[in-house]
Amino acid sequence: MIETALEFERPPLIDGGKTYHDVTEDVCSPIEGGPTSAWYIAIALSSTALLTGVILVTHQIWTGIGAWGLNKTVGWAWDITNFVFWVGIGHAGTLISAILFLLRQRWRTSVNRAAEAMTLFAVMCAGIFPLIHMGRPWLAFWMFPYPNFRGPLWLNFRSPLLWDVFAISTYFIVSATFWYVGLIPDLATVRDRAKGGVRKFIFSIVSLGWNGSNRTWSRYEKLYLLLAGLSTPLVFSVHTVVSFDFATSVIPGWHTTIFPPYFVCGAIFSGFAMVLSLMIIARKVMRFEQYITLKHIDAMCRVLLLTGSIVGLAYSTELLMAYYSANPFEGFLFLNRMRGPFWWAYWSMVFCNVVVPQILWFPSARRCIPVVFIVTIFVNIGMWFERFVIIATSLHRDYLPSSWSYYSPTYVEVGTLVGSFGLFFTCFLLFCRVLPMIAVAEVKGVLEPSRRES
Amino acid sequence: MTRRVLVGFFDDPHRLLEATRAVRGAGVEIDDVHTPFPVHGMDEAMGLAPTRLGIVCFLFGLTGGFVALMGQLWVHTVSWPVNIGGKSFSAIPALIPISFEVTVLFAALGTVFTFLFRASLFPGRAATRLFEGVTDDRFAVVIDGAVGPGRIDDARQIMVSHGAITTELTEVAE
Repeated sequence: MIETALEFERPPLIDGGKTYHDVTEDVCSPIEGGPTSAWYIAIALSSTALLTGVILVTHQIWTGIGAWGLNKTVGWAWDITNFVFWVGIGHAGTLISAILFLLRQRWRTSVNRAAEAMTLFAVMCAGIFPLIHMGRPWLAFWMFPYPNFRGPLWLNFRSPLLWDVFAISTYFIVSATFWYVGLIPDLATVRDRAKGGVRKFIFSIVSLGWNGSNRTWSRYEKLYLLLAGLSTPLVFSVHTVVSFDFATSVIPGWHTTIFPPYFVCGAIFSGFAMVLSLMIIARKVMRFEQYITLKHIDAMCRVLLLTGSIVGLAYSTELLMAYYSANPFEGFLFLNRMRGPFWWAYWSMVFCNVVVPQILWFPSARRCIPVVFIVTIFVNIGMWFERFVIIATSLHRDYLPSSWSYYSPTYVEVGTLVGSFGLFFTCFLLFCRVLPMIAVAEVKGVLEPSRRES
Repeated sequence: MTRRVLVGFFDDPHRLLEATRAVRGAGVEIDDVHTPFPVHGMDEAMGLAPTRLGIVCFLFGLTGGFVALMGQLWVHTVSWPVNIGGKSFSAIPALIPISFEVTVLFAALGTVFTFLFRASLFPGRAATRLFEGVTDDRFAVVIDGAVGPGRIDDARQIMVSHGAITTELTEVAE
């Protein structure tokens, strides 16, 4: 077997010469013990943020959209910025679990579980914003086609906003399914370790009677491959459809054909930045340094550098096209982005997304945890600004100068963003406490301890 | 109802694979192999037929795409035709994104439910034939006792010679 012989030559993916039992022990014992004081502090902070969000959203729904800083000219700003920001964050999980699986990148096994969980929580955060932007969120079910007695009255399936409803819902359902399928063998591992009590009871139900039969594994592997194959075009389609919300309109700065690939790369860029930020903290707190090694961080930094460079290329292409198209509105818009009242947002975006990640060209920087962490924080901020620049600066000065205006957020919008971070981190912290954070069965598959001995 | 089976335990996937091949090579049918993670080459070693989940996935996807496209066309041409800027009622391109999403949704959910049904996994099912340590670090080869006492002895010998850490005769639920 030439293939396996070549794999043997590669350095091991997991450090510390772990046995299969060590992997089970290392991943399962944190969820079997009690929470640490660091966890309590973190959950206290995140749930406070979540509560702030809940109070402010309640206030906003009670008083109406007027609680936000939107006006007639700028009808979308923080809300949709946050929506696109969170959907973008939600792209890394499926990218890691599906695309890297198809590309046979075996290092993904250490990070895919947590990244997929992150995807689900990020999509949940994203979903909140269009929902509360409706003003009457209790009528949200109107977005779905269902038989009704209001005439024949249907949705407009030709609207990109409705495509979004389908894309985001499908993405959430399929990602959740993919994640759960990946969890089943590990849920059985936790079940078999539990001595009894509530944990045994709950994990017996959710592990669906898994017994590691190879007849099941055989089908399971095929299923995983099929889901990866389905999720790969899905992940591209989701942010493409999000970009259609803008690209199919006739607003300068939005009406461009570059939007779908530009948005997809931006999404992967921001998603990887968030995965890295979280993994750097989690590997330290959960003591997973031997599973999420510097090699993993290095590999993720390379993805960050690649997608960041594509995003930088997209920014310059936009500028070139604005000049080359000789469209006065398009040309004005880009000058206005750079030199108008929102210049600080534009240049923050360029600095955070294009300038800062360039340090990742140096291997020593990619393997220096503090440097990587700072870069990822800059990217997270920069990608939020990117969406803000696209949305608010395109709207605030359009074709008719008499309707130009400015936009500044109210405390309600700021607090809602804080609340969405609270929701995200609260969910993530609960996930770390109750479910195996690393895909145990998948890591065992790339471990090969016996071959290393021989 | 219970069934008598021979179980050989291994602690290494390579020895497990060789033992499985050897037992089957000696003409003893393998009932099942239980492992903590998928062992590559095991399907061939056990002589399992390839799964047809791929076909199921394709058919579900086809159904989803067809339902979504036809549903949208019906809405926009028959049930509720709305004139939007004089555009054709039945322009297909604008219907593609939703058709694609529904295709993926049907294919993914259909395949997962087919898998769960076929592998008889469902919430609350008691884990039967769950051998010690197979969700941790042990690998178990199971031979059905119905092959006869002579064959069972042969299989036990082969497994021990291929590095089984232990073998045992036990009763499992049908």
